[in-house]
Amino acid sequence: MTATTAHDDHHHAAPKGISRWLTTTNHKEIGTLYLVFSLAMFLVGGAMALVIRAELFAPGLHLVNPEFFNQMTTMHALVMIFGAVMPAFVGLANWMVPLMVGAPDMALPRMNNWSFWILPFAFLILLSTLFMPSGAPASGWTLYPPLSLQGGNSFAFVIFAIHLMGISSIMGAINIIATILNMRAPGMSLLRMPMFVWNWLITAFLLIAVMPVLAGAVTMLLTDRFFGTSFFDAAGGGDPVMYQHIFWFFGHPEVYIMILPAFGIISEIIPTFSRKALFGYTSMVYATASIAFLSFIVWAHHMFTVGMPLGGALFFMYATMIIAVPTGIKVFNWVATMWRGSMTFETPMLFALGFVILFTIGGLSGVMLAIVPTDFQYHDTYFVVAHFHYVLVTGAIFAIMAAVYYWIPKWTGYMYDERLGKIHFWWSTISVNVLFFPQHYLGLAGMPRRIPDYAVQFAEFNLISSIGGFAFGFGQLLFVWIVIKCVRGGKQAEARVWDGARGLEWTVPSPAPLHTFDTPPVVTENTEHSAYLQR
Amino acid sequence: MKRTNEIIVGLACVAVLAAITWVLLSVGDNMRPGVSPFSQDVYQLHMFVLVIVSMIGVTVFAAMFTSMILHRKSKGAEPSQFNHSTKAEIIWTVIPIIILVVMAVPATRVLIDMEDTGGAEMNIKVTGYQWLWRYEYLEDEIDFYSALDRESNYARQINASIEPQDVENYLLEVDNRLIVPTNTRIRFLLTADDVIHSWWVPDLGWKRDAIPGMVNEAWTEITEPGIYRGQCAELCGKDHGFMPVVVEAVSPEEYRDWVASMRQESVASQDTVDRLWSRDELMAHGETIYNAQCATCHQVDGSGLEPAFPALADNAIVQGELDQHIDLILNGRPGTAMAGFGQRLEAQDIAAALTYTRNSFGNDTGDMVQPAQINHLQRQPESDGSLAAATTSAE
Repeated sequence: MTATTAHDDHHHAAPKGISRWLTTTNHKEIGTLYLVFSLAMFLVGGAMALVIRAELFAPGLHLVNPEFFNQMTTMHALVMIFGAVMPAFVGLANWMVPLMVGAPDMALPRMNNWSFWILPFAFLILLSTLFMPSGAPASGWTLYPPLSLQGGNSFAFVIFAIHLMGISSIMGAINIIATILNMRAPGMSLLRMPMFVWNWLITAFLLIAVMPVLAGAVTMLLTDRFFGTSFFDAAGGGDPVMYQHIFWFFGHPEVYIMILPAFGIISEIIPTFSRKALFGYTSMVYATASIAFLSFIVWAHHMFTVGMPLGGALFFMYATMIIAVPTGIKVFNWVATMWRGSMTFETPMLFALGFVILFTIGGLSGVMLAIVPTDFQYHDTYFVVAHFHYVLVTGAIFAIMAAVYYWIPKWTGYMYDERLGKIHFWWSTISVNVLFFPQHYLGLAGMPRRIPDYAVQFAEFNLISSIGGFAFGFGQLLFVWIVIKCVRGGKQAEARVWDGARGLEWTVPSPAPLHTFDTPPVVTENTEHSAYLQR
Repeated sequence: MKRTNEIIVGLACVAVLAAITWVLLSVGDNMRPGVSPFSQDVYQLHMFVLVIVSMIGVTVFAAMFTSMILHRKSKGAEPSQFNHSTKAEIIWTVIPIIILVVMAVPATRVLIDMEDTGGAEMNIKVTGYQWLWRYEYLEDEIDFYSALDRESNYARQINASIEPQDVENYLLEVDNRLIVPTNTRIRFLLTADDVIHSWWVPDLGWKRDAIPGMVNEAWTEITEPGIYRGQCAELCGKDHGFMPVVVEAVSPEEYRDWVASMRQESVASQDTVDRLWSRDELMAHGETIYNAQCATCHQVDGSGLEPAFPALADNAIVQGELDQHIDLILNGRPGTAMAGFGQRLEAQDIAAALTYTRNSFGNDTGDMVQPAQINHLQRQPESDGSLAAATTSAE
């Protein structure tokens, strides 16, 4: 990165050292900050997952007490969702959206700086609760009352941290929308935008719509806990189930916030390595929009067992099942993109293909979970744990890995080590299935989630799952090494890193100089950047 | 030629993937059919949907692998130019919709059947507490608590001397099972006292949340006698993993016998409340109650788990005024995990536990609490809405 600062001689001299990163308003540098932060949180959250898998290695309590175990499950989720997956996507948006739409920077560069720098403090506060006398939150990341209200004073810190994360996300989302809507290169109509940009645009609207809902929900928890209100206390006229409705009104769109950008990444990578235009571009856009809309009317499928009227249960079942249609369209379109293409299998493509298969497995178990009568059996068991880890780890995380391998030559100017990348892919794919596939069996056999100890009949599959967990977890250190190695050097990357790649980001040199597209490129029907429509 | 190749490879992929799916479905555990007509409906529905989604998966992945095998650059594949096909897109919108309808119809039928809780021959109220269950048989007027059995409780401690493998039904056994008659339509009324719990026995085919301030309904009709085990399914605090549900289904005749024996015990217990207990009796009974009800938080040796669960050894309240101590036990402390036991336990249990804690773990108050004393407080009309006021005025 430092090499590129010499390039911008017509700008003011950038500050050096730490203050350069603290004061930067450059979308590429902020994107890097987001990505590095996200990687750090991925390792922290992963370490917590390993504590969980270590305790569940064998029946009986061996390492941690149940209270700390609950803190680990809660913090693992909060750190992974708000610290790893979401910032990684925002980081990718920061780096790539201006490059992909031909903009010189994000629309609101100073707010961009702020929305990143809130995050380290938010997580410092959240993680510091681990060392407070009353401990970290232990009521699950959903923070259901009344249980969450039994926590000590550290609960106030948790809520404050969540507020900060929400503010950061909303500012990031506003910035992305403003950039996409106002700063596209001349000629780049909405329906000529790359799919990654389209999916992020829709995701950003979801973020703006639901993060305030989360803020409202946790604020009511705060006043219930500390100021004597009883929003969620039945004894005071409140309703604990109302919290769940509000939370999941945020929570379900949140699920799509974590997967729509992933869909966008996959829609970039598969055409590149199939050397063929994305199949059904327009239907992809409509499918994404439909998924986003449906995400607002399916929230109660997370709570079929709270006891809801028959009509309500049927509505949420049907609405949830309908999501399978646009999601199916996406998967079919990816397969059709590959069909009769000319495929090669570099690491980004391997992760993208792994994504399509494993995310589809998670999607199919999602259809099973939508069926209310059978959900009464699956709900709150390891079957659900298996389901959402298939869509989040082999879905969201695999897509992020794919994106890093895909674009890191553009970021660093060097090719990553292809051999190590392939090892990383195969190691991750095999171990992640050893980790999560047996959890389907555990759930069906009757093992509830969020328990620190279990009946002996569950021992074998927990053992297998833990072995997979350690293999997957430590395997990610290889990823860290590949990234470090690539930053430090390697084979020089060309501007168009992949011969099948189209799009404006491949017209700038590798590494991308600090300032790009000072003069906007012109996109017409005949430039290859419209090749998202035809190639 | 190209198409023929694709069909051959595609069929081979279908065969291989179907075999892999079959292996994956058969090596692991599956849902149990259960022992009630409803649970069997749920199982059938589960299998129906599982087979459909497996077939969808096999088809999609077969198309992918066919493409990956044939359409690769290293084999000299030239990319085609097509980028959309309205016909194909309509097909793969309509077919999934048809499949979804095929799944939704039986799902709706089973759900409607399940939500009908009418025609119950008996009603059982289930109340979740941190971390045990209370069962009230509304017609037969039986009322008791059901907590993790003692042996599992010892084996689950860190550095326990017994291994989980040596305990029969580790974590899936309770001190008092829920006894129910077979072939009887039973309605469950589920609620909770402190936080949300979820009552789940897989063999009955459903789980239902037990929520404070709400009453949920569900029903079952068990066709086969036997013992059916489950667990709390909603995170309810530190011992969420340690509050099993055990249902024992017996023939209606055996059930009547059991009800009769429980009635006798209940009459005997009224005598026990009224008579004066000796110190040894109180201490012995108190130890049992303490270990079952209190020790999960305050620990068997009274050392507690700071900061959430205070130690009882050398504790200001335990060693202080008896009235305050009684008040705390009867009414709990709002905003903490300390529940009120006034409505949960019998007078002799509270009296014995109080006597035991005030004279154990190095505490030496010499106090003795009689069941009749507690019983009196428990029955006080709530003059100004609090048992605490009643406690002080009773003196």
